[in-house]
Amino acid sequence: MNQALQFPALQALYPEILLVVGAMALLMLGVFRGDRSTGAVNGFAVLLLVAAGILVCLQDGTASAFHGSFVSDPFARFLKVVALIGSAVTIVLATEFLSAPHRQRYEFAILIMLATAGMMVLISATDLIALYLGLELMSLSLYVIAALDRDSLRSTEAGLKYFVLGALSSGMLLYGSSLVYGFTGTVEFAGIAKAAQNGGLGLTFGLVFLFAGLCFKVSAVPFHMWTPDVYEGAPTPVTAFFASAPKVAAMSVFVRASMTAFPGIAEQWQQIIVFVSIASMVLGGFAGIGQTNIKRLMAYSSIGNMGYALIGLAAGSPDGVQSVLIYVSLYVAMTLGMFACIIAMRRADGPVEKIADLAGLARTKPAMAFFLAMLLFSLAGVPPLAGFFGKFYVFLAAMKAGLYTLAILGVLASVVAAYYYLAIVKIMYFDEPATPFEPMRGELKTVLAVSGLFVLLFFVYPAPLVEAAAAAAKSLF
Amino acid sequence: MYQAIVFLPLLGCILAGLISLAGARARFPGGEPSEFDHGHGGHESHAAAHDAHGHDDHGAHEPAAAGSRFAELATTALLFISMLLSWLAFVKVGLGQEEFRAPILQFITVGDLKVDWGLRVDTLTTVMLVVVTSISAFVHLYSIGYMEEDPYRPRFFSYLSLFTFSMLMLVTADSLVQLFFGWEGVGLMSYLLIGFWYHKPEANAAAIKAFLVNRVGDFGFSLGIFAVFYLTGAVDFDTIFAQAPALSGKTFHFLSWDLDALTVVCLLLFMGAMGKSAQFLLHTWLPDAMEGPTPVSALIHAATMVTAGVFMVARLSPLFELAPIAQSVVIFIGASTALFAATVGLVQNDIKRIVAYSTCSQLGYMFVAMGVGAYSVGMFHLFTHAFFKALLFLGCGAVIIAMHHEQDIRRMGGLKSRIPFTYWMMFIGTLALTGFPFTAGYFSKDAIIEAAFVGHNPMAIYGFVCTVIAAGLTSFYSWRLMFKTFHGEPHDHHHHEAAHEPHITMLVPLGALATGAILAGMPFKELFAGHGVAEFFRGSLTFAAGNKVLEEMHHVPVWVALTPTVMMALGLLVAWQFYIRRPDIPAALARQYKPLYTFLLNKWYFDELYDFLFVKPAMWIGRTLWKRGDGWLIDGFGPDGVSARVLDVTRNVVRLQTGYLYHYAFAMLIGVAAFITWFMFASGGH
Amino acid sequence: MIAAVFFYLFASICVASAFMVIAARNPVHSVLFLILTFVNAAGLFVLMGAEFLAMILVVVYVGAVAVLFLFVVMMLDVDFVELRQGVLNYLPIGALVGLVVLVELLLVLGGWAIGENVTAAITAPIPPAADVSNTAALGALLYTRYVYFFQAAGVVLLVAMIGAIVLTLRHKPYVRRQSIAEQNARSKASQLSVKQVRSGEGLSQGLQ
Repeated sequence: MNQALQFPALQALYPEILLVVGAMALLMLGVFRGDRSTGAVNGFAVLLLVAAGILVCLQDGTASAFHGSFVSDPFARFLKVVALIGSAVTIVLATEFLSAPHRQRYEFAILIMLATAGMMVLISATDLIALYLGLELMSLSLYVIAALDRDSLRSTEAGLKYFVLGALSSGMLLYGSSLVYGFTGTVEFAGIAKAAQNGGLGLTFGLVFLFAGLCFKVSAVPFHMWTPDVYEGAPTPVTAFFASAPKVAAMSVFVRASMTAFPGIAEQWQQIIVFVSIASMVLGGFAGIGQTNIKRLMAYSSIGNMGYALIGLAAGSPDGVQSVLIYVSLYVAMTLGMFACIIAMRRADGPVEKIADLAGLARTKPAMAFFLAMLLFSLAGVPPLAGFFGKFYVFLAAMKAGLYTLAILGVLASVVAAYYYLAIVKIMYFDEPATPFEPMRGELKTVLAVSGLFVLLFFVYPAPLVEAAAAAAKSLF
Repeated sequence: MYQAIVFLPLLGCILAGLISLAGARARFPGGEPSEFDHGHGGHESHAAAHDAHGHDDHGAHEPAAAGSRFAELATTALLFISMLLSWLAFVKVGLGQEEFRAPILQFITVGDLKVDWGLRVDTLTTVMLVVVTSISAFVHLYSIGYMEEDPYRPRFFSYLSLFTFSMLMLVTADSLVQLFFGWEGVGLMSYLLIGFWYHKPEANAAAIKAFLVNRVGDFGFSLGIFAVFYLTGAVDFDTIFAQAPALSGKTFHFLSWDLDALTVVCLLLFMGAMGKSAQFLLHTWLPDAMEGPTPVSALIHAATMVTAGVFMVARLSPLFELAPIAQSVVIFIGASTALFAATVGLVQNDIKRIVAYSTCSQLGYMFVAMGVGAYSVGMFHLFTHAFFKALLFLGCGAVIIAMHHEQDIRRMGGLKSRIPFTYWMMFIGTLALTGFPFTAGYFSKDAIIEAAFVGHNPMAIYGFVCTVIAAGLTSFYSWRLMFKTFHGEPHDHHHHEAAHEPHITMLVPLGALATGAILAGMPFKELFAGHGVAEFFRGSLTFAAGNKVLEEMHHVPVWVALTPTVMMALGLLVAWQFYIRRPDIPAALARQYKPLYTFLLNKWYFDELYDFLFVKPAMWIGRTLWKRGDGWLIDGFGPDGVSARVLDVTRNVVRLQTGYLYHYAFAMLIGVAAFITWFMFASGGH
Repeated sequence: MIAAVFFYLFASICVASAFMVIAARNPVHSVLFLILTFVNAAGLFVLMGAEFLAMILVVVYVGAVAVLFLFVVMMLDVDFVELRQGVLNYLPIGALVGLVVLVELLLVLGGWAIGENVTAAITAPIPPAADVSNTAALGALLYTRYVYFFQAAGVVLLVAMIGAIVLTLRHKPYVRRQSIAEQNARSKASQLSVKQVRSGEGLSQGLQ
């Protein structure tokens, strides 16, 4: 067997290998040095994530490895960079959380790295097995870090809920995969596309189960139920992570699977996506209004935002994919800034999470209030902030694809959602000040300022992101 | 020079306005928390503020703004300059036969619509210029004395000057749009000046009433302008008049009727004139407008603004000459007003309201003249009427000041000995108004009655009858006013004792206007109503080819020429009998013909009728639209309803989030089951 | 013929015991039924000629995982009666949804239409069973063509391990542990000192 003796071409996987090997090395460091090494592990983890990002950027063209199970194309690289940024920033945001003596857990950064490796596998997956392995690698890490604060009842509850429901969704995904395999005889996307040209109800059922699993990961209605509870219960930096990078990865595999494996039955999956998208936008808008906890609010916000991103997918065109990519990147930028603020919400007696605690922030901390207000306006889609462009491209793609109803419902839902974003601005600027927060730490300030300025100034020079997204979208067609 | 006539009052207005603003700031330095006190004399302003808080109800104790005197003098002086220039223009244009056009600026150019702002000075304009600036100048002067105690004098003078500017814009208008601009400008200033004492509820109500009633007229006026533009594609007078002959016979198709275009246009435009000139049906605002300061009544509601309607008809004579039906309507309305207002004037007791109804009635005369085609005669009456009516109003003002703001003639009496100068001035004014031979009113009013007699319009004879009867009634109520005010026994001794002649600044205008009331007739008779008309007015008035009224009115039977004088004497005698010899007769008559008396006293119940016909239903519609339409329907199903439903939905959605794991798992399963069921049935055909 | 008999035997026992896993009242019985299911599944693998998978199933799932489950269930003392209290409330609607899904799946599977080349695609890469043993074939494939998945699965297991440790391991102070390195590092010199004790004075002073 000559094949066995051939060493596989690994260049395409260098970033992933770097992350996994680096994670193991840091694990050794942690194991031998104990929890005192948390700071060092965090630092190295960020460096490794950045290095992986640089390696990703150095690649170019389309390279596949392992008989087409793994592909590195512009689409994958675009999303990998976004996911890596999300992960690295999360570790930065968690610095304070991990600095408390009883919470010095070096495993946090390692799990984030492994989860990120899983995301990269997922993003590059071009067959169902790689998809499943990447998904599990990512999810398993997430289950663990959701329960990281293991002495907190809420955190363990969040971890358990996430784990059980995640297992259920994985089961559905596997079941769907097996149906697809059964009807097409292959697990490779390209092969499925070839075999699925004629459609068939069995294949459609497989698609439904597969999509159910993916919808769970992007927390789209009706597979969203875990989101508010887990977001609220998990430690805030963990929530920040949940809301950013994993969403990118899940959305990417959603897009890639839909576009490359099932173009033959686009009519069927578009129906699912349209429904899920509308339901997510509407629920995200309405349920968010009733929240008093800002982390729960962010959960509904992310449900709604994923609904908007799915509009682009429903369009099913290069424009649609491009709009999804732009939307997801902007969403990550805004979310990280939001969580920098939420982590900074701490008084002398500990962190607080109520929206009412932000009262009068404009007077106690004007700069923070300003950037937070900009982020909220952006999330609400007020021009000329970045969030507006995200929604704009998505709606534009939907209109071009003839999905007028979807676009109109999206606009209406964004009006409802704007209510709770703007309500926070009102509380910050017009209510009587509550007790001021502790001073914001340097790294939070940096993240908030970068995110806020990005959102504020995106419209000045949007070309790099838009063009990169266009190039990335083209590589799928 | 012509530009100066128009813009000097505007300059005065701006000056006085600035002083008024500065005064307001000094009076309420802390009015706006965000504003800084720029220090208009820091200490005084504080004192002023204290004062203002202490005596909010009565402004008389407040100090006037610094520079009030300057504001008065500046505006008055500018007006006098303007007046002198106007007379100069009158001589140059009217007698010197020179016309003047000056474009000022381009205003609107949209598609076919081209509106430029320019001055048009011809004889008709100069007549109005003279009237407006002269009366305005004397009223300014008079107001210095009349408003002496009021702390808001700069504002008052600013308004007066701005009014004058608007009026001048109106009379110098070169197009219908500019005319409309001046028209609305004077309407606005009328509103502001009637409501000058805005702390008086009646004044506010009267101001609003004047504004609203004028809206009805202005609605017609603007429709008229639109119709003219529709027919001719232009709004400037030259183009319109040039096209007018071609328009006769054209029709508008409206609903199922074919209407004569020119008649419709003229009637719509006349509707504007009816509102502005307080003609029958739209007259109700004028008596109420007497709530404003008396100089305002003299200037706006007697001499100038209310005659704008007459001026407009004269200006548009090329159109009216081609629309005989419209002319009939003009005569009918004018004659009816003359008679109606005179009857109401018989029994009123408020000194200013009597004069106001008299004004209404005299405006009716002018419209009769316009209707029969004797435009120059109407303008003549406008010209003379301005002097004696302003004189009467200013005299009334002097009486009111003397009686310490008492306006009811039943409380007066015997004032002749206390204020003789005022008495004699009022006497002259009354002579002129009643048409005593060789006073100004005699020439103009007799000319109108004669013109009505010879007019060829089928309605002209109605005009003749009404104006003749009205002449007698005018004489009666005018003398009634004189006798009850100045003769007989004083009814209020306290006030009677305190009565004294007013300040010299008020007496001078009285004298000047009295001179006008006597001299404005004779010298101008030939120009307005004699053989000099064609030469004097030239192109500014148009007489149709068959219009020989001016010619024929010189050949009326003698009895017609004498009738007005006889009626005047009759009225005088009856008044003398009623109020000097047998003061008990009026009361007995009033008792005997009580229904008639109350009918007249309540002004034919027009206010009540309008209240029932328009105000109540309008209020009802407004209230319904507000409460049911806006509050219930739009708010209920719009913003309020939507937000309430959103909250309901939110509540239900949030309730779905139970926190139980198996609920969540179950939701996912149901979701999957729903999807596959959907596809099961959706693709059942495959 | 005999293969068919055994197929139906294994298959029916497999399904029946799978049902009993969720239906049994006693959790220990459930685990035992689970083991029975695994064993029967292993039998099915043997029938298909996949003896390696069959043995792995028995060794790993029956021998390790299921037995571990058994220990856990016995040690945790979970009150299953309490857990099942709400079941009846949700049974009707749950059963309905389950039934709907089941019927629909049956309908779809009833119209099972395998693509023309599907059978070939599934069976192609496997070398004929006569040529090479099952184990060798799997190994040859797993460590070459599917090495990526193999490694990825390894990382997944690593995460699982880390997770278990992170969530459960507690370093309790005051717990005595044996440290062999420490024990070995002890020397006579560090631990022993010879004291001269004079007679009649006792020990107390000299040792302190």
